[in-house]
Amino acid sequence: MRLKVIWSALRLVVLSVVVLGLGYNLLIVGIGQAAFSGQANGSLVKHHGHIVGSRLIGQQFTSARFFEGRPSATSPPYNASSSAASNYGPTNPALLKEIRTNLAAVLEENPGVKASQVPPDLVESSASGLDPDISPAAAYLQVPRVARVNHLPVATVRDLVAKHVSGRFIGLYGAPHVNVLELNLALLELAKH
Amino acid sequence: MGFFWTIVTLVVALGIAWRYLGSYMAAVFDGRVRWLGWVERPIYRALGTSPEREQSWKRYAAALLVFSAVSILFTYLMLRLQGSLPLDPQHLGAVPPALAWNTAVSFVTNTNWQNYGGETTLSYLSQMTLVVQQFVSPAVGIAVAIALVRGLTRRDASTVGNFWVDVTRCMLYILLPVAFLAGIVYVGQGGVQTLAGPAHVHDALNGVTQTIARGPIAFMEAIKQLGTNGGGFLNANSATPFENPTALTNWLSIFLLLCIPFSLTYTFGKMAGSRRQGAALLTAMALIFGAWVGFTSYAEHQANPAVAAAGLPHQPTGNMEGKEVRFGDTSSALFGVASTQTSTGSADAAYDSFTPMGGFGLITGMMLGEVSPGGTGSGLYTILLFAIVAVFIGGLMIGRTPEYLGKKIQAHEVKLAGLGILIMPIAVLALTAVAVSVHAGRAGPLNAGPHGFSEILYAFTSQANNNGSAFAGLSGDTAFYNVLGGIAMLLGRFAVIVPVLALAGALGAKNVVPAGLGTFRTDNAMFVGLVIGAIMLVGALTFFPAISLGPIVEQLSHGRFF
Repeated sequence: MRLKVIWSALRLVVLSVVVLGLGYNLLIVGIGQAAFSGQANGSLVKHHGHIVGSRLIGQQFTSARFFEGRPSATSPPYNASSSAASNYGPTNPALLKEIRTNLAAVLEENPGVKASQVPPDLVESSASGLDPDISPAAAYLQVPRVARVNHLPVATVRDLVAKHVSGRFIGLYGAPHVNVLELNLALLELAKH
Repeated sequence: MGFFWTIVTLVVALGIAWRYLGSYMAAVFDGRVRWLGWVERPIYRALGTSPEREQSWKRYAAALLVFSAVSILFTYLMLRLQGSLPLDPQHLGAVPPALAWNTAVSFVTNTNWQNYGGETTLSYLSQMTLVVQQFVSPAVGIAVAIALVRGLTRRDASTVGNFWVDVTRCMLYILLPVAFLAGIVYVGQGGVQTLAGPAHVHDALNGVTQTIARGPIAFMEAIKQLGTNGGGFLNANSATPFENPTALTNWLSIFLLLCIPFSLTYTFGKMAGSRRQGAALLTAMALIFGAWVGFTSYAEHQANPAVAAAGLPHQPTGNMEGKEVRFGDTSSALFGVASTQTSTGSADAAYDSFTPMGGFGLITGMMLGEVSPGGTGSGLYTILLFAIVAVFIGGLMIGRTPEYLGKKIQAHEVKLAGLGILIMPIAVLALTAVAVSVHAGRAGPLNAGPHGFSEILYAFTSQANNNGSAFAGLSGDTAFYNVLGGIAMLLGRFAVIVPVLALAGALGAKNVVPAGLGTFRTDNAMFVGLVIGAIMLVGALTFFPAISLGPIVEQLSHGRFF
């Protein structure tokens, strides 16, 4: 009797592996590759035939001519093969030090901006370390700098940001956000003309 | 605004699921759903069983324990041998023994505690092995809940069902179809699903070079939420855009992880022949859940005084450390509450960086015993234990032998219910005490002071409740935490399941006493209040001292309570 239970257990494990681990997985791979091949492969973005990243994965933009993303706690920042958050507790001195450093950098790079205008997402690091988005406020704050460095009118760059603000999903869910990579690609096109 | 509509649409969708998924599940376990009979029959033949051959509670429990032991062993071996097996495009070596033990136990017990970063530790084949347990472990939990409901509703019965049949039906008719449909939505929204290995980006716009981890992610995502598992493919779990790309998938994740635990109360009412009995348990669950959502979302929307002092006075979007912009503060808090109160443990934000009171909301949600609505199956069977304690207390008050669904609740049943309820707090408090007393335990926390204590307390609360969420600052991948955590998970799962099945057997053997005028009613507001009272009382009495040393002290150090 006891031996029979073990055999039944083994058979159910093997059956589950075949049906659920392999069958179900490959079915979704097949459907994904056939119907949503862009998404299933990582929403990769091409620019002049060259893969410049994924729409869904943030990158570190350090040059003043580009819009910057959020601070990233991965090592090195925006390490897309090892997602991570800082995990700093809300009163951890390391968190407060980091916020002071990030805030000072934002204020220095964007002269004329006051600390009260800086939204938290621009100085606090994201949960995945790979957040592809910033809040609309964080994007608008960078407009004067980006316009100046790229020799573009402020109003034009502001319009560009406005066009790239994604609202809530069907007006209901989530928070408004701006995809940094897409915004920077559009900026490149704009600067060319 | 966004938060309001998220709540409204969730309530509507869950209401529909409660009614229809609930009655569908009752039909599945009664054997009235047969559209996959052509798959079902060969499986029973291979397992050497059939739906007509029912088991006593002891046989049912033995099959469950043997099956779980074989699953742990199989998963352990797959992780240890990963280096010599196919589907390992990054050539990751074998998983070390202590970590493989912790991970195997974690996925078989429906905990999904992860002491590893998925993309840097596990091959695609290992991830697929874990997904198998993400289907199997919720099915086992639901089977136990159904066995207990059968015990409550049958008369003079010597059997509680057939374990193999219950598990097979659950996977085939409930988990697989829903996960399949949800998986397609995840892929359509941007969830990655490929076997092609990482993508490489060279010298892009800003001289950026990136290696982007990919894999069969979306198929894991669906069952991870639906089965209240919580273990994701990537280290940062549902916060990573490849697992949870949009606000829609975030909503879907919350819906999926809540739908089975809530709907099982309808299944219970239907099998008991009284929808009101199920609705009473649903009300108790929903009231606790709602209160915690309100509290935690409010806490996360507050400005952090310490951050304000560091130079950022204006925090209109709340606490954004460890949160993603596309979800925002309140939706992340809602996700956190849903995930901690369902034994899921997935995370779309870094829980370690929640405000002290936000973190309090998460950890206390688990400490109540995972009943609001709790894990797949485990939520229903645990709240039924509390219901039995509640009728016992009610019976003492009016001086009558208590009954639940016409079954006399006597000393034996109350002992079993008490045992099932108290195992978890004992495991949490004892193991936390051990960890803070030895060097190997104190070496774990990332944050100092009360927050560090919270990290340890959270780790054992999460594992003993088979939740799996973490204050992830804790360095858990040490021999000490791997081994102790494994023990916590085993106790929280099987040391509860065995008394529950014993209870099912004891209740099933009893006859039904017809309801009379003096019968204590278990389908009205008074009973709902008693159940909530029992849950709160047990939780507060056992955990208040420990929780005072963690989040409460930390919040007070802000100089104000809320």
